[in-house]
Amino acid sequence: MHSLAFDVSHTLAGGLVLISLMMLYQDRLYSLLNVFALHALVLSLSVAWQAFIQDAPHLYVTAFIALVFKAIIIPVALHRIVKQLGIHRDIESAVGIGPTMLAGMGLVALSLVLMLRVTSDADPLAREDLAFALSVVLLGLLVMVTRRNAVSQVVGFMSLENGLVLAATGAKGMPLVVEISVAFSILIAFIVVGIFLFRIRERFDSVDVSALDDFRGERR
Amino acid sequence: MVVISDIIVQGVQMLLVLLLAPLLTGYVRKIKARLVRRQGPSVFQPYRDLLRLMRKEVVLADNASWLFRVTPYITFAAIWVAAALVPTFATGLLFNWTADLIAIVALLGSARFFLALAGMDVGTSFGGIGSSREVMIAALAEPAMLLIVFCLALVAGSTQLSTVAHFLASTYVGLRVSLGMALVALFMVAIAENARIPVDNPATHLELTMVHEAMILEYSGRHLAMIELGAFLKLLLYVSLIACVFFPWQIALYGSGALSYTIGTGAYIVKLALAGFLLALFETATAKMRVFRVPQFLGAALMLGLLGTLLLFVSRSF
Repeated sequence: MHSLAFDVSHTLAGGLVLISLMMLYQDRLYSLLNVFALHALVLSLSVAWQAFIQDAPHLYVTAFIALVFKAIIIPVALHRIVKQLGIHRDIESAVGIGPTMLAGMGLVALSLVLMLRVTSDADPLAREDLAFALSVVLLGLLVMVTRRNAVSQVVGFMSLENGLVLAATGAKGMPLVVEISVAFSILIAFIVVGIFLFRIRERFDSVDVSALDDFRGERR
Repeated sequence: MVVISDIIVQGVQMLLVLLLAPLLTGYVRKIKARLVRRQGPSVFQPYRDLLRLMRKEVVLADNASWLFRVTPYITFAAIWVAAALVPTFATGLLFNWTADLIAIVALLGSARFFLALAGMDVGTSFGGIGSSREVMIAALAEPAMLLIVFCLALVAGSTQLSTVAHFLASTYVGLRVSLGMALVALFMVAIAENARIPVDNPATHLELTMVHEAMILEYSGRHLAMIELGAFLKLLLYVSLIACVFFPWQIALYGSGALSYTIGTGAYIVKLALAGFLLALFETATAKMRVFRVPQFLGAALMLGLLGTLLLFVSRSF
């Protein structure tokens, strides 16, 4: 019952969920970026393993894109942005780390319960991939919700997209064109967000998004 | 005849853990000293310390109650029994049927309960602060430990240590991410429970950070010796727990001959030496963390245990 193919893909996808949780746990901006790079690295390993066991060479391209863009270019660029902005290296989180971790565990449990019920007659490999992918997506959302710093919200957004790629590769048969266009749209989104970061910083002298609430006249 | 040999093997196991425990601590201290380019005391120094403490007079506070006097023996006895239950060189020993992981956690918990009570017994402020911190750590370490136990029990189908070790030694297990998480979580719990460096440093008496030391500050003489020996045994217990659950190589099975028992003992000593070296390496490489960061450290262990258990449901679901 326990084939090596399943075990390895299970380990990689489980590792991805674990790194998502590690991302929730970080309270320094640079270490958050390093964990994000690790996340993308594990994602590209996982995609490459899927390419190997599904015998789908176009997935190697996806793995390569994930490795180059998400594990190298984006973290390096974010490092430079943080350095240029000269922002505090501590992250102000809206919710404490303890409740955030509990919420994260709850989301993982929720997505496992949901996915295992819904996909009860699918292939086991796709099934566990989908369950893990949903939890990575939800954890990415949680990172975005619980952080007030715009840079860490960007990281949350990117890790959410990693979960989407994981789901797409597990589900067998996503066309290459779609993958490339998703990867590029993410890159474009990243550039746009980078420009916005500088604009926010220019106007408010901070990248704390709670400054935006004051600007809109909303009291918290 | 079988019963007699069973009793002998179990007795050997009990004596072995008792004799090796101070040696392991001395060995870790020696390696740590060598890693920072100091000479360090001999590896047999803990034995000498224990003998010296045994000979010294006991100094008791005027208002110390009977609880203060019996606690060292209760603590030591509970930890020794727990250490005797963990399979070290052989599985399926005489006490095998009680060697349940939950029972071991409960024994360690009751030992700590009495120690915390005794810390508050005399009524000094240090004892109180030590007890309150120890209980804070324990309240977080215990659920993490229980989640690890659940994770192992779901894999092996039993909480009995011999069965778990048997199952994990078989080739059926394969690569499991849950077990990796449980191993890391167990390592973190072991560090917190044994008051090792990132959580607590028993070698110093700095009131800002001390936990375990503050609690036993009032003890002297043979009482202190008992508590120290209990602490040594606890370290050995956790190391052998990790060794027998995650690295059960060459462990002798029930009813095998004297040769395999000898091989098992040799392998056990090698495992202890390796674990001691890794522990010393880890301790010299990390810095002591603030007391109020400990909940986050243990929260990570709890999270790993819970995640390991959750992931098992995915891999078991087909």
